[in-house]
Amino acid sequence: MSKNGTTQNRTLRVGLLARVEGEGALHVRVKNNRVVDAKLKIFEPPRFFEALLRGRNYLEAPDITARICGICPIAYQLGASHAMEEACGVRVDGVLRDLRQLIYCGEWIESHALHIFMLHLPDFLGYDDAIGMAAEHKDAVAMGLRLKKIGNMLMSVLGGREVHPINVRVGGFYRVPTATELAELKPELEWARSASIETLELLKTLTYPDFEQEYEYVALSHPDEYAVLDGRLRSNRGLDIPIYEFKSHFVEEHVKHSTSLHAVLRDRGAYMVGPLARYNLSFDQLTDGAREAAIEIGPGRECNNPFRSIQVRAVELLHACDLGLQLIDRYKEPTHPFVETTPRPAVGFGCTEAPRGICWHRYRIDYDGTIRDATIVPPTSQNQKSIEADLREFVTQHLHLNTEDLTWKCEQAIRNYDPCISCSCHFLRLDLERDE
Amino acid sequence: MATRKKPKLAVWKFASCDGCQLSLLDCEDELLEVAGQVTIAYFPEATRAVVRGPYDISLVEGSITTPHDAERIHAIRRKSKLLVTIGACATAGGIQALRNFGDVKEMIPLVYAHPEYIETLRVSTPISYHVPVDYELHGCPIDKYQLVELLSAYLNDREPNIPGYTVCTECKRRGTICVMVAHGQPCLGPVTHAGCGALCPAYNRGCYGCFGPGDGANTEALGRWLASNGSQPRDVARLFRTFTAAARAFRRESEAQERDV
Repeated sequence: MSKNGTTQNRTLRVGLLARVEGEGALHVRVKNNRVVDAKLKIFEPPRFFEALLRGRNYLEAPDITARICGICPIAYQLGASHAMEEACGVRVDGVLRDLRQLIYCGEWIESHALHIFMLHLPDFLGYDDAIGMAAEHKDAVAMGLRLKKIGNMLMSVLGGREVHPINVRVGGFYRVPTATELAELKPELEWARSASIETLELLKTLTYPDFEQEYEYVALSHPDEYAVLDGRLRSNRGLDIPIYEFKSHFVEEHVKHSTSLHAVLRDRGAYMVGPLARYNLSFDQLTDGAREAAIEIGPGRECNNPFRSIQVRAVELLHACDLGLQLIDRYKEPTHPFVETTPRPAVGFGCTEAPRGICWHRYRIDYDGTIRDATIVPPTSQNQKSIEADLREFVTQHLHLNTEDLTWKCEQAIRNYDPCISCSCHFLRLDLERDE
Repeated sequence: MATRKKPKLAVWKFASCDGCQLSLLDCEDELLEVAGQVTIAYFPEATRAVVRGPYDISLVEGSITTPHDAERIHAIRRKSKLLVTIGACATAGGIQALRNFGDVKEMIPLVYAHPEYIETLRVSTPISYHVPVDYELHGCPIDKYQLVELLSAYLNDREPNIPGYTVCTECKRRGTICVMVAHGQPCLGPVTHAGCGALCPAYNRGCYGCFGPGDGANTEALGRWLASNGSQPRDVARLFRTFTAAARAFRRESEAQERDV
């Protein structure tokens, strides 16, 4: 439609976005050199978990919700467990809480290593995938795989297996590990610690697009620790609420182009959850080693460039290794693997930091523990609006690129979020439309 | 020895959580070796590269839940020489088959503000309901070593060694004390397909059947046993009705128990 040669209309299109977890697409329309539409389409078939949970027993929630996502099942298992415990008026603390942190370290290490090395790094080095990258960067790929394996080992020792662990339950665990079982993991975690530093050094050498953005970051915040398991919901623009007030401040919209609901801050719109949000809000609570490495090797005290989220993930990788080692050192086998819970008619809330951001749960249960209703807000649905805003801005700044390069960069801009579309619903597809 | 052209491997996804295809990426020690033996021709979770079909081996994850997917699986079958379904969704309809026991039209508005945007089928069905399947790997998720065994068998032109016996056999081999006999915990081990290594009983809990019914599963006898040991019919019905609820032997027993509620 460029009759006079001055208008430039095009559509950037990626039919099936690769190296993300789940199924989605991207569609960007450019008209007269302006981005008029940027949609992250999610066509993951709906699976109706919230409806299917109705009528189930509260003790089944961790096993059932785990099936929302094979990549971050712990986020679902722990969010559901916390909510059920709150409904029953029980708090799980001490060594059982430590074990929960430890299994979550496993999920973070596994998921961050997968994302850094297999999903995101190939973009920066110009490969279609990690296997192609292995031809020239075999050591990096081997290091990534071993890091990932160590995360999975933690998941397996504590959870029974890496995908859909069977050992997480309301109140704690079915069986707790012996001190020896955990101590055996230490040498590998020590190795993972140095590998994380090496990863940061590798990532320092990459070229990043100059793309600083202003986001409203939302993350859990805890007075004593880099919050993962619990805390208040805070933002860099003044939000500071207990998790049970989530629904008063956030709204979920159902848009036509997505089977995943879009969450927005009431009256404010898009916000970002995940590594950048946690990092910028809780930097001072990273372990000493992670903080020092972040300042010395990058990305520095603050990071507002989503393309640098790969570096932030590597800092969190180091943090998870450090924390894992500390938790193993202070572990003393508890006398009982779980705290007993007695159901009563009540509502309970749970919110934890999945590797890709906060995952919020609310359940209402009955006197016999039957679940009456359930609401789950996964991280990807919360980031969708931010992803679309990034695309709009990125394409606007890079219209000079040819369609092929621009499309690849847009895919990368989506992968910055490590979106998990099975979670939100699942697979990402990109359509970059330019009518030239 | 004549060199054979590398077989083309494709990985497809339908309604699922991605956990089964992740199991392939979780083969950290074997992944590069497997990748060296085949051409990874289509695997969106891992690569943006696409090699056109036909494909020598297609791994299919997920169940059929939309009219579009019911069409798509036929196209995939046409361009696949060998089609292997991986996991509980693809082999038995998955957790989303819980909809089959109710009315999905009532479920849509519980989750979505605009039910008119949602296209979905009334039931969630396994891949074999729609097209012929050459091999099925069970599990929610599958066991990654079974997947490696299957690929290795394919590459070496032999039958995969994947047993059809039940979790009970694995439990005895592992030397785990029976949680049903010793602790009176309901357990689906006697009727569930082997493959997990009898994990749950080793962690002091009853098997919840994520590998689906094993060969010749006598679910009726187990249902009777559970009832005579104090389980309520509604609890037994739910036990059979979770991750592989639409598999015939489990479905029948859950429906029989439900009639007794």
